[in-house]
Amino acid sequence: MDKISRIIGVGVPLRRSNVDTDQIIPAEYLKRVTKTGYEDALFAAWRDDPNFVLNHPPFDKGGVLVAGPDFGTGSSREHAVWALRDYGFNAVISSRFGDIFRSNAGKQGLVTAVVEDEIVERIWGQIEEQPGVQVVVDLKAREVRCDSVNTKFQIDDYTRWRLMEGLDDIAITLKKSDEIESFEKSRYRWRPTTLPARSE
Amino acid sequence: MKNPNPRTLAEKLWADHLVSKGADGEPDLIYIDLHLVHEVTSPQAFDGLRVSGRNVRRPDLTIATEDHNTPTIDIEKPIAEPTSRIQIETLRKNAAEFGIRLHSLGDIEQGIVHVVGPQLGLTMPGITVVCGDSHTSTHGAFGSMAFGIGTSEVEHVLATQTLPVKPFKTMAVNVEGELGEGVTAKDIILAVIAEIGTGGGQGFVIEYRGSAIRSLSMDGRMTICNMSIEAGARAGMVAPDETTFQYLKGKPHAPRGKDWQEALAYWKTLPTDNGAQYDAEVFINGSELEPFVTWGTNPGQGVPLGGEVPDPSLILDPNERAAALRALDYMDLAPGTRMKDIPVDTVFMGSCTNSRLDDLRLFASIIKGQKKADDVRLMVVPGSARVRLEAESEGIDKIVKDFGGEWRFAGCSMCLGMNPDQLGPGERAASTSNRNFEGRQGKGARTHLVSPVVAAATAIRGTLSSPKDLTSESEES
Repeated sequence: MDKISRIIGVGVPLRRSNVDTDQIIPAEYLKRVTKTGYEDALFAAWRDDPNFVLNHPPFDKGGVLVAGPDFGTGSSREHAVWALRDYGFNAVISSRFGDIFRSNAGKQGLVTAVVEDEIVERIWGQIEEQPGVQVVVDLKAREVRCDSVNTKFQIDDYTRWRLMEGLDDIAITLKKSDEIESFEKSRYRWRPTTLPARSE
Repeated sequence: MKNPNPRTLAEKLWADHLVSKGADGEPDLIYIDLHLVHEVTSPQAFDGLRVSGRNVRRPDLTIATEDHNTPTIDIEKPIAEPTSRIQIETLRKNAAEFGIRLHSLGDIEQGIVHVVGPQLGLTMPGITVVCGDSHTSTHGAFGSMAFGIGTSEVEHVLATQTLPVKPFKTMAVNVEGELGEGVTAKDIILAVIAEIGTGGGQGFVIEYRGSAIRSLSMDGRMTICNMSIEAGARAGMVAPDETTFQYLKGKPHAPRGKDWQEALAYWKTLPTDNGAQYDAEVFINGSELEPFVTWGTNPGQGVPLGGEVPDPSLILDPNERAAALRALDYMDLAPGTRMKDIPVDTVFMGSCTNSRLDDLRLFASIIKGQKKADDVRLMVVPGSARVRLEAESEGIDKIVKDFGGEWRFAGCSMCLGMNPDQLGPGERAASTSNRNFEGRQGKGARTHLVSPVVAAATAIRGTLSSPKDLTSESEES
């Protein structure tokens, strides 16, 4: 993963709450077996509506999505993160995220910045006043900036550190192979094993 | 003697799976006992292993099945849709290459991944279970720590059999009292979600407690834990008890002989200690619950079946009000409409929430000898090939067919319509599944989440109904 310290992009106001991952990417797009090329799938059902925000330049070139509370609830599909990333979004700002979505985002270089509802409302106001205005998500300073808005955001320290260092989780864990091995030796022998298969 | 260090079920499980404790805000590294795999969220993970030259660390703790894309008719024919076929073929190729046990379409243990784990006896108390599927929370019904993960984490578990995770906060949901007639596990969980909201459980593992939970079968407990994610929680759990042990005993992968005795002794140490503290607690009066249904497009937008579609103008929170307005527009419903006056086109009986034998029995007991509403389509999809066979041995297939319903093969089916089982635009369903999101069951489709009991009565009357509505009608006539 690339190291991230600061994200700057056109802010896109998504004035909706409870944007579940079925809306971010409908199930029909989950049949692909690849990890890239999902830009067409992002908000696919909503993009059929000419009034949807991404159908209005300059928002079609969005880089920072600003959404209502409970963004990314529901299904665990990491495709939701891939679709946002492939479309060009590098950060999402909201007051609350679905847990699995947020975890997936942290592993794929998509920054999820938590701010108060009132701040989301102010950023929406700024963007709607000046469409195309840039929103800065400064991971290093832990700040969201947009015109007169300048505020701290929440992200857990460990995720922030990993994003800034561009680290691969598996490589980090494999350094602890000895500990994993010794844990396995103490595992109760009657804990489940799938092999050899037993049947009724 | 007073326990100096009382712990919750969740805390005990966490401690028992700790490979290494995270220092300075780092996550803990926990060991995964059981990794369930299906075709949708795994191809990119296997690809990742290949790219980095890594192997599956413990194929013997991993099991795969085909469920999301599988057709529920003509299963002996090649899968018609090319993308679905490729995804399933990819799983078959990956399972063969990495030595993972796979139950393919046509196999008796094929079915929804969250039905297959328990029926094989692989899901048991005191273990950690993950799967690239948010409804992995289902397995918590056995007193295990079970949660859904994304594809990057699937790859991580395949490579290391561990996951870096921060401990979840703990929430107790206490449901006391005796459930009324026709009130089921599904109604409990829909009421819980309406109470705490779709974000209420974020960051928590929920432990369901109380006499109403204890009275439920394992199938009922699985229904409740299944929808923990709809309340925003990663995991839901119920402490193991005699009901759990009876269910497990004799299952293919359950411990046997001396192992069973040892396991049982361990399992009995797991329930939350007296005096242990939860980070949050919720109390629900089980005896006051009624059948519950949703009117909107998120699972928190629900009311008792006897209620009405709410008036958004009375909702104080601006975000919730806007969401309600949008939901009513999408659902084509007017405020004040009686829920029981809402007609449906389709009844879907299935999904990892409600497709087990108890669910099918309950459903069949209500439709038996009754006539289906003429213009309603009924689709019944057992959770696994084994559940289907067991139901058939009890004559449930015949009851469904005599009633005028479709008796299908096992899979996720219309819960999310990745296979051809979809609703058309504008079609309305009473569905025993778990998500009423926009477009979930088909583009433009409208979903009301219901219990198997309400699904059955609705299939008879054609509008959202409970069995009580059936008897009051026959009394009137």
